[in-house]
Amino acid sequence: MENIQNFQVLWFILIAILFLGYALLDGFDLGIGALLPFIGKNKEEKDILINSIGPVWDGNEVWLVAGAGALFAAFPQAYATAFSGFYLGMLLIVFALIFRAVSMEFRAHDERRAWFWEKILFAGSCLAPLLLGITLGNVIYGVPLDDRMEFTGSLLTLLRPVPFLFGIVGLSAIVLQGASYAILKTEGELHLRAIKAMHILLMINMLTAGLYFVMLACISPSLLSSPLFYMAILLALLGLGELVFSLSKESSANLLGKSSLYFLGLWLVTVTAHFPNLIKAADTPYLSITIYNSSTGLYTLQVMSVIALVGMPIVVGYTVFAYRIFKGKAKAQRY
Amino acid sequence: MDAVLLARVQFAFTVGFHFLFPAMTLGTSLTILISESLYLIKKDEIYRKITDFLARLLGLIFVIGVATGITMEFSFGMNWSGYSRVVGDIFGPILAAEAIIAFFLEAVFIGVLIFARNKVSPKVYWLSALLVFIGSHLSAFWILAANSWMQTPAGFQIDGTGKIILSSFRQAVFNPSTMIRLFHTTMASWMTCAIMIAGIAGYYVSKGLHGETAKKMLKMGIILFAITPLLQLSTGHIHAIQVIDAQPEKAAALEGLFETTKGAPLYLAGYVDAEKEKTYGVYIPRLLSFLYNFDLDSEIKGLKEFPKEHWPPVNIVFQAYHVMVGVGMLAIFLGLLGLILLVRNKLFEATTYLFILPFLIPLPHIAHEAGWVAAEVGRQPWIIYKLMKTADAASVVVPANQIFFSLIMFTIVYSLIFAMFVLVFVRIMKKGL
Repeated sequence: MENIQNFQVLWFILIAILFLGYALLDGFDLGIGALLPFIGKNKEEKDILINSIGPVWDGNEVWLVAGAGALFAAFPQAYATAFSGFYLGMLLIVFALIFRAVSMEFRAHDERRAWFWEKILFAGSCLAPLLLGITLGNVIYGVPLDDRMEFTGSLLTLLRPVPFLFGIVGLSAIVLQGASYAILKTEGELHLRAIKAMHILLMINMLTAGLYFVMLACISPSLLSSPLFYMAILLALLGLGELVFSLSKESSANLLGKSSLYFLGLWLVTVTAHFPNLIKAADTPYLSITIYNSSTGLYTLQVMSVIALVGMPIVVGYTVFAYRIFKGKAKAQRY
Repeated sequence: MDAVLLARVQFAFTVGFHFLFPAMTLGTSLTILISESLYLIKKDEIYRKITDFLARLLGLIFVIGVATGITMEFSFGMNWSGYSRVVGDIFGPILAAEAIIAFFLEAVFIGVLIFARNKVSPKVYWLSALLVFIGSHLSAFWILAANSWMQTPAGFQIDGTGKIILSSFRQAVFNPSTMIRLFHTTMASWMTCAIMIAGIAGYYVSKGLHGETAKKMLKMGIILFAITPLLQLSTGHIHAIQVIDAQPEKAAALEGLFETTKGAPLYLAGYVDAEKEKTYGVYIPRLLSFLYNFDLDSEIKGLKEFPKEHWPPVNIVFQAYHVMVGVGMLAIFLGLLGLILLVRNKLFEATTYLFILPFLIPLPHIAHEAGWVAAEVGRQPWIIYKLMKTADAASVVVPANQIFFSLIMFTIVYSLIFAMFVLVFVRIMKKGL
């Protein structure tokens, strides 16, 4: 038994890393979509913004596919409960991701309705992180579960204020990530507007992050005795502080790394608060779905570990290679 | 309405829609690799233009494939949580492996193919084309391994609680039908793209557009169009034998065979009345038995060998299968006709043939959708052959009205996407090479 527990913990960490990778990478391209109407003032600027994410968004989205697949492979009971229980919410996430993906391609070829596809891109890019955040909020804050691990709430359960706040916190951090990327990839007026957006977003994020740490400490008070909690606060503060410092120095060096550091802080406190739960049962903690009562067998976890621990470094390697091809400022021409 | 039926309709609709796009992606990645290799060897700008055109098409096709593919991964949990709870041990790792080993590779390098022609050297660009080819085919491998495991499950044990436990990952992945179904599906995809390229280039040549480039592309398309349906005939043949051996009820339904027969006939077209247990139509005597093991008198099991509640909806399976085979035969004929015209140097003046070519583009899609209906409806009533019934696989917490709602939403959204796809596809085609 000892042995399988190690693998269950390992897979909790690996899934957390996959979703972190998703948040950081797809985060900046979703963030660009969300910023589009605010900082892109004309067609050329919008072209630049969309082209800056064009070559990379699809690879970034695979992190979500991998994360969800890993959840299915390691903790199928949690995957089954969440996806069937939050049916309408999941449906909306699917549509948000579909629309955000096709809108960029359709916009490029359908100039007459470009305004429409831009609105769709904006809506999809905002909704996806908001809803994913709300989903995460629900499994951390707790949802009603029965003794067969089935969700017994409704759509209204999902939209309670506390989980909704998780969504807002996530969305703010994702858009901040987008602003970092926009500053890196643009020049001239667009660049200045992105910096301005970053100023506003920094203020919003100081507020949401502060709120988030307090809220999580209230939800699971045991956090206060964990060193990871304080480390997470430190990381988040460091990230935000570095961003403020960069802006005041008018330097855009490694902005994405700094906003990623901030997100890492948020993520660290999230997983620390949640461990070892996967879906907390509200009011009936003993019915919670944890890594210990929902996992696949030892052999499956071992096979998966080999695939992930060999495969993911290779993935990261060629992803870095591809990103280097596209480094530098984005252009308005597509090809 | 029945929640399980609604969930089935929704899954069939969404996966059937999704499959249109990967089917084009696989073949397009092959043709891009071919034309880019020719470009690298011959240094002829014509091939570069063909690659660039195909990369633009691939951009459109791949985006819709990715977008509609997310639906599939989510729907195992959303609509089939009963299934997911039982098969997490096997189905989960295969899906996760697909993402980690294949999908990342494909997605990352498609970005390079579409956006980085002028940013990388020809060799790196060629390498990207190769990696997209490998990634997309590996992706097909894993998805078909998962699907084949539902047809011919292997490498598992069942524990005391009825849960399926993985006992050999290798056996589960390389279950008895994985490889032949991979070859058959891959060939269908290559054929789909061959006809797409021949159709587009045929249109250009008949209109006198894009000169030599269009002619080279047409030549490439026609050669593939001649080869792939013939290869498909052989993979189909081997696959049919495998189904007769591994899933005899399905095989019997494909041919509407009720009685176990020595010297079973092969139907060319017909109609099955499952109530009266009779099949009407045009058939060739003993051909099915002959094709099975080249013995006119070999025995093929009929549906009556099996309890009636284990029969799939026979007529649907029969019709779908015969549509697939019929289209396949037509493709063999038209492909060879094109090759003959090419060899005799008459292709570029064959106005009627060139006129027909673009209208053939949807044809292979009809064949692979029909083939897929035959394969999956033919598996019913099982979701995992002889292990789990489809009726026990659906999510218990999702009420019928919510599935009804989501089905309507998918219908609206996918119709919009399909309309836009056709519009943009035609626009890219009109813009030319």
